Amino acid sequence: MSVAVIAFYVFSFAILASALMVVASKNPVHSVLFLISTFIAAAGLFVLMGAEYLAMVLVVVYVGAVAVLFLFVVMMLDVDFVELKQGFLQYLPFGGAIAVLVVVELIMVVSVWAFPTDADLALAHPSPTAAQTVADPNGPTNIEAIGLILYTDYVHYFQIAGVILLVAMIGAIVLTFRTREGIKKQDAAAQVGRKREDGVELVDLPTGQGLS
Amino acid sequence: MLDIGLGHYLSVAAVLFAIGMAGIFLNRKNVIVILMSIELMLLAVNINLVAFSQFLGDLTGQVFAFMVLTVAAAEAAVGLAILVAFFRTRGDIAVDDASLMKN
Repeated sequence: MSVAVIAFYVFSFAILASALMVVASKNPVHSVLFLISTFIAAAGLFVLMGAEYLAMVLVVVYVGAVAVLFLFVVMMLDVDFVELKQGFLQYLPFGGAIAVLVVVELIMVVSVWAFPTDADLALAHPSPTAAQTVADPNGPTNIEAIGLILYTDYVHYFQIAGVILLVAMIGAIVLTFRTREGIKKQDAAAQVGRKREDGVELVDLPTGQGLS
Repeated sequence: MLDIGLGHYLSVAAVLFAIGMAGIFLNRKNVIVILMSIELMLLAVNINLVAFSQFLGDLTGQVFAFMVLTVAAAEAAVGLAILVAFFRTRGDIAVDDASLMKN
C-alpha cells in the first residue's frame, strides 16, 4: 500500500469517528473539540486530493474562527446540558434508520454512477474551459490556478461572497447588540456643550458671615 | 482497495452526510449540536465538490466549495447570534420552547 492510500484510510476513519463523537458525546464542549478534529482530518483529505488552498482555508476559517465561535457560545451559555441530552435513545431508532437509508441510497448512486473517461470529457467540452485549463497538473499550482479563475471568471461570485459575509456580520451584531440601563458613559457632546453659567455660581458673601 | 478513486471519496462524504443528518434527529433538543451537525453536512458536500473537481480536472468545483465555506461560516455566525439572543430572553435553549410566536 502506498502512503497516499494509507493516509486516505487514516483521514477517513478520523473524519467518521470524530463526526460520530460530535453527534454522540454528552458534553457540548467535547462535541466542539471533536468537530475541530473532524475539520483537521478533512483538511488532510483535501490535501490528498490536491486542493491545498481549500485545506488551508478549512483549517484557518473553520478551526480558527467557526469552531472557536462555537466554543465561546457553549461556554458562555449557562445551560444544563445533561437535561438536553434526554430523548437521545428515544430518537435513536428513527434517526438511525434514516441515516442508514441515506447512506444506502447515496452508496447506490455512487456504485451505479458511470464515471466519465477522458474521452467523454473531451467530447463534452471540445475546447476546454478556463477552469479545466488551469487544473492541468503540469500547469500552475493549486492556489495560483484558483486565483487565475476566481478573480476573472468567478469575480461576481467572489463579490457576492463578500456581501454575504458583510450581511452576516451586520446581522450578528444587530441580533446580539443591547443597550443596558444604568451604565455611566461619557457623553462628549454634553461635555463640549457645557457653558460657564452651568457650572459656576457667583455668590455675594457679607463679611463675617458664613454661607448657609 | 489499492487504488483510491472518486468512489472512495464520495462514500466517505455520504457516510459523513448521514452522520450529520442523524445528529439533527438525535439531538433535537440541543440547538448547538444541531448547528454542528449542519456544519458536518456542509463539510460532506465540500468533500464531494472537491473530489469531483479533482477527478474531472475542473477547478469550478473548488471555487464552488469556497462559496459553500463562506455561506457555512455566515450561517454559523448568524445562528449562534440568534441562539445567544434566544438564551437572553428565555434563559434556556430548548428547541421545544421556541414556539413563542405560534400563539
